Amino acid sequence: MSLMNYLLLSAVLFSVGATTVLVRRNAIIAFMGIEMMLNATNLALVTFARINGNLHGQVLAFFVMVVAAAEVVVGLAIIVAIYRTRRSASVDDVNLLKDVRDPA
Amino acid sequence: MTTLTLSAATPSAEAVAPQIASGPASAALWLILLPAASAAVLLLLGRRADRWGHWPGWIAPAASCVMGVIIAVQLLTADTAERVQHVDLGSWIDAGALNLRFGLLVDPLSVTFVLLITFVGTLIHIYSVAYMAEDVNRRRFFAYLNLFVAAMLTLVLADSYLLLFFGWEGVGLASYLLIGFWNHEVDRGHKISGAQALENSVASKKAFVANRIGDLGMIVAMGLLFAQLGTLHFVSVPGQAQGMGDLGVFDQVAGGGLTTAMATGIGLMLLLAACGKSAQFPLQSWLGDAMAGPTPVSALIHAATMVTAGVYLIVRSQPLFDLAPNARLAVAIVGAITLLYGAIVGCAKDDIKKALAASTMSQIGYMMLAAGLGPVGYAFAIVHLVGHGFFKAGMFLGAGSVMHAMGDETDMRKFGHLATKMRVTWATFAFGWLAIIGFPFLTGFFTKDPIIEAAFVRQEGQTWQPWVFGLVAMLGAGLTAFYMSRLFFMTFEGKSRWEPEAHPHESPRLMTWPLIALAVGSAGFGFVFVFKPSWSWWPGWWPNLADWLTPTVGPVAHHEPVVHWLVITVVTLALVAVGVWQAWIRFGAPSTVVPRTAPVGSPLTVAARNDLYQDHVNNGLLVIPGTYATRALVFTDGAVVDGAVQGVARGAVAVGDQARRPQTGFVRQYAATMALGVVVLIVIVLAVQI
Repeated sequence: MSLMNYLLLSAVLFSVGATTVLVRRNAIIAFMGIEMMLNATNLALVTFARINGNLHGQVLAFFVMVVAAAEVVVGLAIIVAIYRTRRSASVDDVNLLKDVRDPA
Repeated sequence: MTTLTLSAATPSAEAVAPQIASGPASAALWLILLPAASAAVLLLLGRRADRWGHWPGWIAPAASCVMGVIIAVQLLTADTAERVQHVDLGSWIDAGALNLRFGLLVDPLSVTFVLLITFVGTLIHIYSVAYMAEDVNRRRFFAYLNLFVAAMLTLVLADSYLLLFFGWEGVGLASYLLIGFWNHEVDRGHKISGAQALENSVASKKAFVANRIGDLGMIVAMGLLFAQLGTLHFVSVPGQAQGMGDLGVFDQVAGGGLTTAMATGIGLMLLLAACGKSAQFPLQSWLGDAMAGPTPVSALIHAATMVTAGVYLIVRSQPLFDLAPNARLAVAIVGAITLLYGAIVGCAKDDIKKALAASTMSQIGYMMLAAGLGPVGYAFAIVHLVGHGFFKAGMFLGAGSVMHAMGDETDMRKFGHLATKMRVTWATFAFGWLAIIGFPFLTGFFTKDPIIEAAFVRQEGQTWQPWVFGLVAMLGAGLTAFYMSRLFFMTFEGKSRWEPEAHPHESPRLMTWPLIALAVGSAGFGFVFVFKPSWSWWPGWWPNLADWLTPTVGPVAHHEPVVHWLVITVVTLALVAVGVWQAWIRFGAPSTVVPRTAPVGSPLTVAARNDLYQDHVNNGLLVIPGTYATRALVFTDGAVVDGAVQGVARGAVAVGDQARRPQTGFVRQYAATMALGVVVLIVIVLAVQI
């Protein structure tokens, strides 16, 4: 099996993740999309490591996993906190941080 | 007669070196401290001192006066060589090259001034107790007057140019405060309308600004002196190290420490300072407006003492001017111009105080002329200054008494025939009037004639000067006689032209006593202290002012005038008689009708009424260009400096406006932007690599 297929799978997963982030309103779903993009990247990194015959890519993949784990903690905490105050998990409702022409 | 005065003052001693003060003179600081303490108490206690404020107000200068007399007696009984004493009060400014001590110079010149200031000052303070009785701010008035006396005494007792300048500014401040004393509306007691109050405060500002121009000269002169000589002390401080930098200015000047050119420059700067303070041409325009102040102020500050500070400065700086004949010539020219200027203005003024102010200007012109004549004139400048202090203060207080009687009216066209109603004021004013016009054997005769005579003296290398100065001084005497007689006749003689509601009455005794005292001074001062007869019964030890001043200003140099002295005296008296006669037929004779509104008059009269257009010239040359210059600066500041600053700010705001457009608050849009950005970056990277 060609290593190219892994890369193709990675690209597909990344695109699906990105699309999820862009089109879904639910924050949890969008979050899952982000996770999917991260894992697609990991897959690509591991494949590159295989192609190059060294461990650089694999090491990087570990780093991504660690960062992703931390990011999940923070991200989920934010989502839960927002849900508690606003009774909504829609990312479109969280739109206060923006350019307000008329503050009144 | 007058030769007697000249020859009597032949050299008896050279300039005397100062010695450490002993006896009463060592307490000279108290002369200054007493009025200063009174001023401080009255100002700090405020309204709480309103009821009794006038008591310390007049007692403080009176106490200073007593002390002054004691010191004067001490100096008089001492040897001539011990008449210059120095009170050292410690180090004042010790900064690098400048090592200035705080000290007082008690010598005949300063003691003469101390006596004049405190004696005339005390009388004026007493007069003010009654004159200002109805004023709600009388306590504050006395506080300012005391402040003035303290500052003026500092000025004359100072042993260095810097301490003199300290007093110089102090009297300027007091003058400013007192000219604008009635600077707010008052509707009880002494009434002042709002418009009048505004006018008064404008007058005080005018005086302040004109004086600042003069001060510039003083500061430059001090800077030059320090740069050249490294000291500002007049004379070497006794008991201090006598290295080159420790010697006083005059000692270094005598030792050849200054070039003639530098001495001329310093002299001209000192002249500028004197012009500002003494209302001499071309800085004279403030004095007429300064009459906005209460009349005792005009008498004390703008007639007897402060305005003569310029003359004091010139005479005190005599060694400098002796080195610079050109600077001295400039002093004499300024004096001669102002002498005529004031006299011409005085002939046309209908306001009694402004006419007296013009007369003051003219008389100080005489003093400046005398000071500019050099060793033949220094002593006479001071002699005339003291005599003038008596008769002009007396006449100003007399004018105040008349205004008091006439409901604060100052227009002489609404006076007339007051002699019958105010006998004391009339009689005392008459002495002042006769004294100033130089009526034989009154003070002015002994003080002004020597100046006219000295003006006719040809000094080394001079050509036209004696004739010009002499004739100007002589003509000035005639004009003085005319305008003073005009003032006197318009006020006291002729028919009454009073307002219907005027009920003239004599002033209270508290006001007439000082008038009487000053009238006695006006009449007798010249005969007693200036005239030195050769009669056998005349006591030889009796002080003569010109001789007394010798240790400071040097002996009066004896020179023969270009015309015989008898001719000068006779012609002067003839001119005076013509002036009085002209004034009598125009303003005094019972048959004359003085119109209540001023007639149109000749162009010269109109010009003189307008102060010879000095205000117009100042406006055209200085005020209007100055106003436009400031407006241009304000415009430049707004357009260029503010424009640049605000332009930067506006730019930042505009950039911010553009930058916040994409901030819509939609998370998914941000994500899309990021994704798009990544794609663009990748495309760019690929494009660059390929």
